Amino acid sequence: MLLTDDEKRMRDGAEGPAVAAAMDLLLRYGRAVGAERLCEVRNVAGTMTQPSPVKAALVKEGGWDKAFAVINLDSDGDFAIPDMRVPTCQLQHGFGADALGIVPYPKQSIELQADAEAFYGRHGVNILATCTPYQVGNLPTFGEHCAWMESSAVIYANSVLGARTNCEGIASTGAASLTGKVPCAGNHRDENRHGTHLIEVDPRTGVDNFLDWGMLGYFAGGIAGEDHPVITGDFGRPDINDLKHFGAAAATSGGVELYHIPGITPEALTTEAAFGGAVPADGYGYGPAQRRHVYETLNEIGGSPDVDFVLLGCPHASVDQVRQAAAALEGRSLSAGTELWIMVPRALREIADRSGYTAVITRAGGRVLTDSCPAMSRTAPAGTRVFATDSAKQAHYLPAILGIEAWFGTTEECVDAAVTGRWRGELRP
Amino acid sequence: MSTPSSPSSPSLAAGAKLTLRGRIVVPGIAVGEAMVSPEPISGWGGIDPAKGTIIERRHALFSACFTGKILVFPSAKGSSGWAGFFQATRLQGTAPLGMVIARISAKSALGAVVTRVPTLTDLDDDPCRVIATGDYVRIDADSGYLEVYKA
Repeated sequence: MLLTDDEKRMRDGAEGPAVAAAMDLLLRYGRAVGAERLCEVRNVAGTMTQPSPVKAALVKEGGWDKAFAVINLDSDGDFAIPDMRVPTCQLQHGFGADALGIVPYPKQSIELQADAEAFYGRHGVNILATCTPYQVGNLPTFGEHCAWMESSAVIYANSVLGARTNCEGIASTGAASLTGKVPCAGNHRDENRHGTHLIEVDPRTGVDNFLDWGMLGYFAGGIAGEDHPVITGDFGRPDINDLKHFGAAAATSGGVELYHIPGITPEALTTEAAFGGAVPADGYGYGPAQRRHVYETLNEIGGSPDVDFVLLGCPHASVDQVRQAAAALEGRSLSAGTELWIMVPRALREIADRSGYTAVITRAGGRVLTDSCPAMSRTAPAGTRVFATDSAKQAHYLPAILGIEAWFGTTEECVDAAVTGRWRGELRP
Repeated sequence: MSTPSSPSSPSLAAGAKLTLRGRIVVPGIAVGEAMVSPEPISGWGGIDPAKGTIIERRHALFSACFTGKILVFPSAKGSSGWAGFFQATRLQGTAPLGMVIARISAKSALGAVVTRVPTLTDLDDDPCRVIATGDYVRIDADSGYLEVYKA
């Protein structure tokens, strides 16, 4: 790989052993992806604070410096961690103290994470604690090179904002935070950003709401895999919640990191621009049959209609989604055997509190929770056997992670299940 | 260096040997039994690093264990926790011996790097078609090829 003088100095230890270890990881990783050089980043979104058994053991052995070296730099060295070289934020992690007594989550994990927040805050990590940093002020500019992880945030940054990031991991974001560098490969390069698969939405499909954008995303991920779907045809204009759901679903069923919707997303004013030239002659149709197939796939783990738990806010809800849940719960009460959680960034819960939405949800028996989600923290209300969600991503992952049944439907169907304790969702034309 | 690869077929007789050339992702040499996934693998939410098993219920290899195997798969899918989960298999002693990735991405490249096992990609034939579960595989990721001994 071609290195600048600055990069060679970092590699050779002029900035200390932690930065040298970070460069060593970037060089190993750069070779693995076939990069010819590194590119500069000033926006890193990674994870350092999330508790795990491996991390707890490392902290006990050598403190947070050791945990960062092993997990965030993939290094066996013993050294102190310097301050972050470039702006770096913590993504979603485990539950915090606000979940104590509400979520069955170990107190020692909450304490370990609080200790981590204090350590990393001192080293210049912004504790955003959300899978949607773009909802709480971290909005990269068009064309900006970033080093982000969290697949739903990566696809949003690339596609909706036109920023440039690969789907980085814990070690590569750790190394980027101490160097401001990441291998210049994949999504960082113009030639790798064009569309690959044409998806044509049939006008009868009715893609004009949150549920349908999530299902279309799940379909697009299944078609495109790790490539770049281009969505054309007949659909309503998506809002940011729709695109948040679409991207999270496409990154779940496939490994999509970038898509284009001509006229909606910024790198594709036209379908020709999306493909960088010739548009494929044959597209993949998304009509009522495909839509029903996606719906049935997302509901195939559901058997019992008795719902114990409803989960909203994956990816973390916007203020508007919290308002919508509050409106659906106004004056109602949850069924005795059912819990409802809506996950939001902590910064947005402040706004939900101030707007009175949290009070409405809490009065009904629901919870507005922050920082995490059942999948990240591997937890649900005690005794949960069947859950319902309006998130295609959570419906996909949670059965595997917790061994429970899943129902997928609209936000209103989920709220109805929370109030009645019964799943009555169905796919409407 | 090895001999050039021969035309390959998944229905070769037991003991037949094939050679595939590829690009080095992580250098080193690994020898072992292949576990071939017909579909992409998720890291976070897809594997249990404490046990080295596939836990995605919809997956063709649901509940299979890759510890001590040469893991052959088409690509990585899902969360960016991919590499962190495979790193955890190394730290917990459940890692595969080596990886053969038909199509690499940032997620799986970093995953192979932090798992620290010999890994090849961009092979001159589809490894998920040519190699079958149970075949014996020798990855030479110092020179950039692998040998398959059909079971």
